[in-house]
Amino acid sequence: MTTTPMDGGQALIRALENEGVDLLFGLPGGAILPVYDPLIDSSIRHVLVRHEQGAGHMASGYAHATGRPGVLMVTSGPGATNAVTALCDAHLDSVPMVCITGQVPVGAIGTDAFQECDTTGITMSVTKHNFLVTEAQDIPRVVKEAFHIATTGRPGPVLVDIPKDIVDPGNPASAMEWSDDIEMDLPGYNPDTGVDKADIAAAADLIRSAERPVLYVGGGILKARAAEALRQLAELTGIHVVTTLMARGAFPDSHDLCLGMPGMHGNFTAVTAMQEADLLVALGARFDDRVTGRLDGFAPDARIVHVDIDSAELGKVRRADVAIRGDCRVAIEALVAELQADGLGDADRVAWRSRVSGWQERFPLVYEAWVPGQALKPQYVIERLRDLSPDDTIVASGVGQHQMWASQYWNFDHPYTWINSGGLGTMGYAIPAAIGAKAGMPDRMVWAIDGDGCFQMTAQELVTATVEGFPIKVALLNNSYLGMVRQWQEMFYDERYSEVFLSKDVPDYKMWAQSMGCEAMRVDDPDEIDAAITKANEIDDRPVVIDFRVMAEEKVYPMVPSGATNSDLVVPPLQADQPR
Amino acid sequence: MNVAEPDYRYHTLVVTVENKSGVLARVAGLFARRGFNIESLAVAPTDDDRFSRLTIVVDLESAPLDQVVKQLDKLVNVVEIRELHPGSAVERELMIVTVEAEPDRRDELVEQLDRAGGKVLSVGADRMMLSLVGPPKRIDEFENLLRPFGIVELQRTGRVALAVLDEDA
Ligand SMILES: Cc1ncc(C[n+]2csc(CCOP(=O)(O)OP(=O)(O)O)c2C)c(N)n1
Ligand SMILES: [Mg+2]
Repeated sequence: MTTTPMDGGQALIRALENEGVDLLFGLPGGAILPVYDPLIDSSIRHVLVRHEQGAGHMASGYAHATGRPGVLMVTSGPGATNAVTALCDAHLDSVPMVCITGQVPVGAIGTDAFQECDTTGITMSVTKHNFLVTEAQDIPRVVKEAFHIATTGRPGPVLVDIPKDIVDPGNPASAMEWSDDIEMDLPGYNPDTGVDKADIAAAADLIRSAERPVLYVGGGILKARAAEALRQLAELTGIHVVTTLMARGAFPDSHDLCLGMPGMHGNFTAVTAMQEADLLVALGARFDDRVTGRLDGFAPDARIVHVDIDSAELGKVRRADVAIRGDCRVAIEALVAELQADGLGDADRVAWRSRVSGWQERFPLVYEAWVPGQALKPQYVIERLRDLSPDDTIVASGVGQHQMWASQYWNFDHPYTWINSGGLGTMGYAIPAAIGAKAGMPDRMVWAIDGDGCFQMTAQELVTATVEGFPIKVALLNNSYLGMVRQWQEMFYDERYSEVFLSKDVPDYKMWAQSMGCEAMRVDDPDEIDAAITKANEIDDRPVVIDFRVMAEEKVYPMVPSGATNSDLVVPPLQADQPR
Repeated sequence: MNVAEPDYRYHTLVVTVENKSGVLARVAGLFARRGFNIESLAVAPTDDDRFSRLTIVVDLESAPLDQVVKQLDKLVNVVEIRELHPGSAVERELMIVTVEAEPDRRDELVEQLDRAGGKVLSVGADRMMLSLVGPPKRIDEFENLLRPFGIVELQRTGRVALAVLDEDA
């Protein structure tokens, strides 16, 4: 077998190229410097961010939109610690990512050297796995292992920490022999994806006899690329589908069987159908507390079929009557085949369907009409954005009220069009995630729906967007508050507002956006909304920011107060008198 | 064979891990982060130097065994996990202990030691150092027996365990 002598830095870049990496988000510094040199000669495009957290969320947005792992590269110490939030975010949302961090030379590790930090120690609990490489010769193998782990089984972020001496051509420790024949050595890693036939048969039996079944669909469906299989299952059985915050778009909102989002800010029908169900078929969902509300009152009559690739999710929160460890697509296809072969059963679901449609009629998503003199209705802004933008627009969101309204009021008809921070709830996610999505899907329109609090956390990445040529669009729902926290203080702390007011007019978002090279507009009047959106949608040579001045008092409804059961869902005042 | 009465609150996991730096920290970190309690932990290399073996005694009042095992199994460096039910495991622990042993009480002490099957490791003017290997329960009992003499220093290894052999093994 032939080998080629090279240095560790060249080997790292070559290994990334071998993995098919086309884009790398990052920012250099002392410890990672030697790797940035061979990068100049590589086919990989590097996107220079303004903060390493941004690089992490860009990698995440890229991964969500394309299905390929997102890759970031940062320096040691502060570069690595700045990336920690993004790693944790990706860990909780199972996003495939690989993070390369520089490290001080092997001999300096443990001496509190300049910009040394215990990167693998710090990131141990926020990554699926991490590696500290100490020999140049190991670089190709570890990179291969990192991508394998990040993308198989339950995906997640993997970090590879690379000491400077093993990539520095001036240091003998960087000498290595490249061979194309790279063998992984992961004796403890077996992301098994087969499913047990007997479990499938048992699940099918429960489905056949259920009178009030609901398909409870989570982000795992998207990770498994199982949207098509899900649609077959739903249409074959006629069972309604709820799509969690992580699964919006996995089943079309416009489909008759789609009930939309369940959970704390889910719509009445989705929440109540789950609550009243006699069978929940959980597919790539993990019974998150934001979905279940108070656990001991959650879906009290429901039997549970739970499919997840991560066996630790099975039974972690709610005991499953049938637990199926496996890839969602494989499991759903097997279930469809089983139901086609042995029949759908003859459970009577007529009464259930009419209850569901009754809820849909009585409890649609509503908000009070705008009255002259008021600031804009945020929900209306989103509705206009939805109706004036292409059907396959990718929407990335921050965290807060605007996120919930975006999830509620957008119409998600395609998988991989909704990108948000579900598990960690990371403010500032929207702009860098939108950039990453645009970088991966340059032909698609990408809107970030952001809050003013969130915007101030990561807006500097709009500089990256301008300079690197990623013409994303930002709808800033500016209510001058940390609105979601304000809502909790209004509802649960006697309207005692503590540290939630940002400012009415500082910063000037329009000037700020302009200074970052964006086209910028401000909209105060409902009549100007359409024109502003239309203009934004026509611009494709630079980012656009629209500062929509929205009402501070508006609240997200429905809402399950924390600690309450889903049966105690609070509906908007307009529906308070409706019989449930 | 002396099999001590099983204590069902504790469960023993024999975990084979890759012999790499940081693996113990991953296991310990997992237990800490998820609120699982470790009752005892013993680590040693195996006959294959690529792997080490951890014997972890888990306090099942803190978490269902199933969750502990599944979460452990997700660690990339964990190669194999064997659950040893208290009734089907051979468990051993080593204790070394220094006790007060005035000359007039020495006979009594040595008699207790002989009965338990322990050894005298060293003898001082009025102290003795002893060792005992046995099932953890028996070590507990012996430790209690020694207490009236006056324990100066005591060190236990935590338990190691293997599955009971089948008849035809
Ligand atoms: C980094 C971070 N810090 C704090 C929070 C807690 N938090 C959740 S929503 C929210 C308010 C977000 O404000 P804004 O971006 O203006 O959105 P709005 O709710 O007003 O739409 C806060 C502070 C968080 N989720 N993330
Ligand atoms: Mg706000």
